[in-house]
Amino acid sequence: MTTQTNVAQNGVNVAALLGAREALSRAPEAARFKWRATSTWLNGTHSRGTVEGFFGLGGEQAHRQRYQFDTDHPEIFASEDNGATPVELVLVALAGCLSAGVAAVAQKRNIQLNSVQATVEAPMDIQGILGIDPDVRNGFDRIKVHYEIDADASAEEIAAIVAQSQKRSAVFDAITNPTEVAVTASKV
Amino acid sequence: MERAGIIDVVVIGAGHSGLAMSRVLSERGVEHVLLERSEVANSWRSERWDSLRLLTPNWLTRLPGYSYSGSEPDGFMSSAQLVEFLSNYAKWSAAPVITDTTVTRLVADGAGYRVSTNRGDWLCRAVVLATGGCSQPLVPRLAEGVPSRVQQLHARAYRNPEQLAPGRVLIVGGSATGVQLAREIQSSGRPVTLSVGEHVRMPRLYRGRDIQWWMLASGLLERRIEEEDDPERARRVPSPQLVGVPGLTLDLNALRSQGVEVVGRLVGIRDGRAQFSGSLQNVCMLADLKLNRLLGAFDDWLDRHGRSLGVAAAERFTPTVLDQAARLELDLSDEVCTVLWATGYRPDYSWLRVPVFDRRGQLKHDRGVSAAGGLYVLGLPYLRRRKSSFIHGAEDDARELGAHLCDFLGVARRAG
Repeated sequence: MTTQTNVAQNGVNVAALLGAREALSRAPEAARFKWRATSTWLNGTHSRGTVEGFFGLGGEQAHRQRYQFDTDHPEIFASEDNGATPVELVLVALAGCLSAGVAAVAQKRNIQLNSVQATVEAPMDIQGILGIDPDVRNGFDRIKVHYEIDADASAEEIAAIVAQSQKRSAVFDAITNPTEVAVTASKV
Repeated sequence: MERAGIIDVVVIGAGHSGLAMSRVLSERGVEHVLLERSEVANSWRSERWDSLRLLTPNWLTRLPGYSYSGSEPDGFMSSAQLVEFLSNYAKWSAAPVITDTTVTRLVADGAGYRVSTNRGDWLCRAVVLATGGCSQPLVPRLAEGVPSRVQQLHARAYRNPEQLAPGRVLIVGGSATGVQLAREIQSSGRPVTLSVGEHVRMPRLYRGRDIQWWMLASGLLERRIEEEDDPERARRVPSPQLVGVPGLTLDLNALRSQGVEVVGRLVGIRDGRAQFSGSLQNVCMLADLKLNRLLGAFDDWLDRHGRSLGVAAAERFTPTVLDQAARLELDLSDEVCTVLWATGYRPDYSWLRVPVFDRRGQLKHDRGVSAAGGLYVLGLPYLRRRKSSFIHGAEDDARELGAHLCDFLGVARRAG
């Protein structure tokens, strides 16, 4: 256990997060964000996704720099494997979101993290996407996330941090609950 | 408009909170009336299911100056028994209850308030809202998607299983009401699917004592709202998974061994199919962890204060066991005959025309004291203390708010 005088250093500015929570509860309009990504098809199953700007706090915002993510399929699908498969990026997003939550919750509880390793595994029967069996869904059968955490805390405290991070995770919510998705197209 | 009277204080609602406040005001010699839409303890007469028992044992059922004196201190009152208890209390305390009087409007009027009812207007200096937190059944908007051939009802309209068609029942909500109805309906031969979001798991007995004994003795029920980091969240904590049967624990494990199917929170209904969240495992983990923290706090308290109390050894309960792959969808049209909403209540202040509401339309108050001078609210969950909405919790809140109210009347008098 950490003593009262030590302050955990997980690199999370909890005071800023709590301040934002306080401020946004009084100005709920500023809490309405809009996330965006664009994706350009390159060739075959290879696309390049880009994120740069988003909307929040009442105005246009930008990342420190533009980020790009190549997606493709592996060679066993007769593709060129120029990047992660889109479903793998979903797993990366889930782990990234949960781990951010783990750090923030640990910081708030003044628990020093030494290492946090997430392993995500998601079985999928590709008879679904190949249209072989209509009873098989396209998506994952289930997702398993396992955390190995070295921290100055009891096993129960660590379990509580991981549980709380799920409770506050956007990606966990997006995956576990249905979301209306509207896809449109226009000819250019 | 007919004028019913002029008085210092009007208390609205003759349930346990209103009666407790009335008693406190009488002790202080404050003139008041208690307006009741029907008769004393009305919601306990007409809005409860047949088998309902209180979650607190009889020995803990008490109001200012009055407590349970029967022969079963460890029993739990039925609705009818509570009606009798509250009616006797009203008589004993000579509460000035005016029955069959429905408040239709409450507005500021001069230095005080005008309380309009179906039987004339009352003019008063102060008002105490004691209508409670359970005036209106809450049903989520997604209920609109339930196919029309499926019977739907809120727990407030539920009386007993015979009311329901013989097929599967989807119960939405895993707090006290949901788990109790799941047990009863599954026992009646109707298969139950129970949809569970965040919940509070609690054993009826811990180390041989009723959980309410621990809550009271350890001081947990006395915890004040101002001690909470997040008071709004503390006030939203759902009722624990308890049933008023001595020694009977009613958690998800007990229900599953009875045959109840446990699924995640209901998050959508599409084309007649109910969709359940994939977060069931996490909400159960959260509940198990919180339960263990609670029991740990009891153990610590006992170590510090009560080694001689002679309770049994510390124990921990089996973690919540779930199906490997809980169902994520349920075809309501084909597989379900009844959807039973155990999704809670909200207060109804639609008649309150005083600007004391926040942006989301909720009554703003500081531990029962509204920003409008002389307007008070009583009997809401965690209003001042964790025990605030319990019957035995009414006394301390009523005494403190009563004192505040008397100060206000004194000030108002001097100013007038």
